[in-house]
Amino acid sequence: MSEYLLEMKNITKTFPGVKALDNVNLNLRAGTVHALMGENGAGKSTLMKCLFGIYNPDGGEIFLEGKKVNIHSARQAMDQGIAMVHQELHPIRFRSVMENVYLGRFPGHMGVVDHKAMYDKTKALFEDLELDVDPLALAGEQSAAILQMMEIARAVDMKAKIIILDEPTSSLSDREVDHLFKIINRLRAQGVAFIYISHKMKEILEISDEVTIMRDGQYVGTWPVTDKATGEKLTIDFIIKQMVGREMTNQFPPREGKPSDEVVLKVEHVSSPLKKSFQDVSFELHKQEILGIGGLVGAQRTEFVEALFGLRGIASGQIYLNGAKYTNKNPGFAKSKGLALLTEERRATGIFGILPILENTVIANQKHYASLGILNEKKMRVEADRECKKLNVKTPSLETLIQNLSGGNQQKVLIARWLLTNSDILILDEPTRGIDVGAKYEIYNIMLEQISLGRSIIMISSEMPELMGMSDRIMVMCEGRVTGFLNKGEYTQEKIMALATQFAAHGNAA
Amino acid sequence: MAENVSKTKKLFTVGGLIVLALGIILYFAKTPLGLARKIYDLPVFLIIIGLGFALKGFMSKAKSDNDLELSSKSFSEFLTNNAILLAMLVLVVVICILQPRFMQIRVALDILTQSSTKLIMALGICFTLLIAGTDLSAGRMVGLASVVSASMLQTATYANRFFPDLPQVQVWLPILIAIAACMVFGALNGFLVAKYDMHPFIATLAVQVIIYGACSLYFDMPPNNSQPIGGIRPDFAQLGQMRLFAGIYKGFPGISILIPIAVVICVIIWFVLNKTVFGKNVYAIGGNREAAVVAGINVFRNIMGIFILASCLYGIAGVLEAARTAGATNNYGNGYELDAIAACVVGGVSLNGGIGKVGGIIMGVLIFTIIQYGLQFINVSPMWQQVIKGVIIAVAVAIDLTKYRRK
Repeated sequence: MSEYLLEMKNITKTFPGVKALDNVNLNLRAGTVHALMGENGAGKSTLMKCLFGIYNPDGGEIFLEGKKVNIHSARQAMDQGIAMVHQELHPIRFRSVMENVYLGRFPGHMGVVDHKAMYDKTKALFEDLELDVDPLALAGEQSAAILQMMEIARAVDMKAKIIILDEPTSSLSDREVDHLFKIINRLRAQGVAFIYISHKMKEILEISDEVTIMRDGQYVGTWPVTDKATGEKLTIDFIIKQMVGREMTNQFPPREGKPSDEVVLKVEHVSSPLKKSFQDVSFELHKQEILGIGGLVGAQRTEFVEALFGLRGIASGQIYLNGAKYTNKNPGFAKSKGLALLTEERRATGIFGILPILENTVIANQKHYASLGILNEKKMRVEADRECKKLNVKTPSLETLIQNLSGGNQQKVLIARWLLTNSDILILDEPTRGIDVGAKYEIYNIMLEQISLGRSIIMISSEMPELMGMSDRIMVMCEGRVTGFLNKGEYTQEKIMALATQFAAHGNAA
Repeated sequence: MAENVSKTKKLFTVGGLIVLALGIILYFAKTPLGLARKIYDLPVFLIIIGLGFALKGFMSKAKSDNDLELSSKSFSEFLTNNAILLAMLVLVVVICILQPRFMQIRVALDILTQSSTKLIMALGICFTLLIAGTDLSAGRMVGLASVVSASMLQTATYANRFFPDLPQVQVWLPILIAIAACMVFGALNGFLVAKYDMHPFIATLAVQVIIYGACSLYFDMPPNNSQPIGGIRPDFAQLGQMRLFAGIYKGFPGISILIPIAVVICVIIWFVLNKTVFGKNVYAIGGNREAAVVAGINVFRNIMGIFILASCLYGIAGVLEAARTAGATNNYGNGYELDAIAACVVGGVSLNGGIGKVGGIIMGVLIFTIIQYGLQFINVSPMWQQVIKGVIIAVAVAIDLTKYRRK
């Protein structure tokens, strides 16, 4: 018996033109949480897909409990006791929670499903995980957190020995994260091993036992979070250094200059027609200001900016743009008035995956290149090329399909799209979500450059350091209401948290 | 890289020139060698193919990103990418061996003529497929356009006129009315899809039934009472039957006017899809509708545009059908939409939206016509032809999809 539950040795995987994995190792002990870290494009997901049978590696070996295994499909992986909770969950929305938990292995006899047994089993499973969810509720009505727990419950029920969690906390509130960690700790004590992929350093240091770091498809090293001999803990700086291969002294570029007093956007008592959504939102945005919007998941921040951009309706309230009244008719109109919205869900509402970078860059600005509806291709190409170069988009050519880029580069293309429209007010909804450290810094630089050009930014961010590091002023929302403003200099995590949880005494988190 | 480009260039240029030379030699040698009755117009085809390849070779010089690598991997990739085309070539060779009369210019022109109206329909339907939709009303629109145009374009002396008192109007007027009638229903399709977010399958199914009913009502009006419309004016029939350059040399059957019409429409549609804001929006909506909304694209207007443009093309196809056959009934065009969808799909248009090229659609339509015509030529029973057609659709799509699946 080997000392490791899982050993991945010298895994190599090549895609046309790219060596995605180059002799990568991963050794996982039973009953531990093993963090897998690296910038986007470092090969974490590819490695996990090799383990989970979605890709066939070109070279290398996988040993489970000392035995060599060949995994060619997700099904085989599950039979071997490996389960994966994906970053983006796709439940069958119109079926019940329990059916989602037992999907593909319904209890029953001779093809007849035993609903009672399924209900009881799900109930017991949920009770064990302290999950207060009705097994008969529709999966589509559950929050991201619940869906994630549901997936973990499924893995537990399948007696998984290894559970892969891919960015499990990217859409969870702090309290939901606590609950998740509680579950992880309990399962860890029972001997389950976790592979934990995340960009969030604090979380990693809190939950994991060991850290494996990858860079550009290569194995960098594995370190225990707490050194047994010295008792010393890993530091964030050390991890970042290993991930990027260089010292990162400043997480945020220095901000020069101050916002002017000129008000470019004034929002007065804007309310959604939906009771549970944003209510009575008022604020002013100044020229050359970065206004951060903080709050927990479910604070209706995204819904509010979508309404501002004309994607949702408002029931009451006024909006003024540069002093003139503005109605949020539709996104086309908002665009013509100088608004730009970088959405939170890059894949769902941002990129056109099967289209080349060129089309993705110019799509919002096509009118500018057309006369009588006929496009001037040369002009489009020149401008897209200039903008993508300026934002340092790493791509072989403008003809490359955007889905083949890493998350950070996709995000830069989307930013280029909105910079081309010359919008004065940029609304950035989680602009650095799921992006590696290097690309984050580049995006911060782009933001500051836009500010220096006289533009203004509204930024929604759930990452405290980013919110505090980049904003000139922070507006905090809680359950659809603005609960307070904080000026630069008076930010602390505690103050923001207090405002963000003002009404949350009876919160909805499980 | 530069070396690879010159390789592409070399391969195409040299290969093309060899085929070209072979064609020219055979052309002059076939009579002295007594091959005229054995190879028919094969030399002319060789000359055309050779010229095409040689030209491609010359053109490829300009493009530097179009490199070609000669390896077993690129070869197998080439095979999967062109499987249906290659299968068709094999079939054509087999037919040519079994029945050398197949190698005639006359046959090639027949195939192109038969492809023309199908191609126009396929180009229309591809817009609806590109937004991950479909259009089941296409065939019935062909019927509508043919009945409407034919009903107003009968000779004055014909006994059974649809409108006995109608004067001899300009040809273009009934044509425009027929196409406009289709576009009204196209707008209805678009409205249902864009306004109510109805799935195009259902919306166009409903409209298809409406069109057939409306067309039958029109067709049943006294004094016609559902009799096939005949006595078509020769100037209208010319639009589908005229042959250009007929008899410029002995035995040349002439080029059907349908071919240049289809070519012009292909060029226009290619331009619309690739060079206009509308075309780019179609791909964007098909690629990711939500993202298109966020990018400020007016989805409603574009979907309306798609269905109206598509119906305009079906209308044109319907008018041409009426002219070609010099007649019309309300059952014209029945089921054409499925052939058009099949041709698009075989030509690489994705039913998931966002993927599809005019060149592929032309190929898809030609493949079907060539196979159908070829099988008839060697006397394969029509029932077997159906079976083969179905197999082609399934195999083509299966191969196409493996291209997108990465392991």
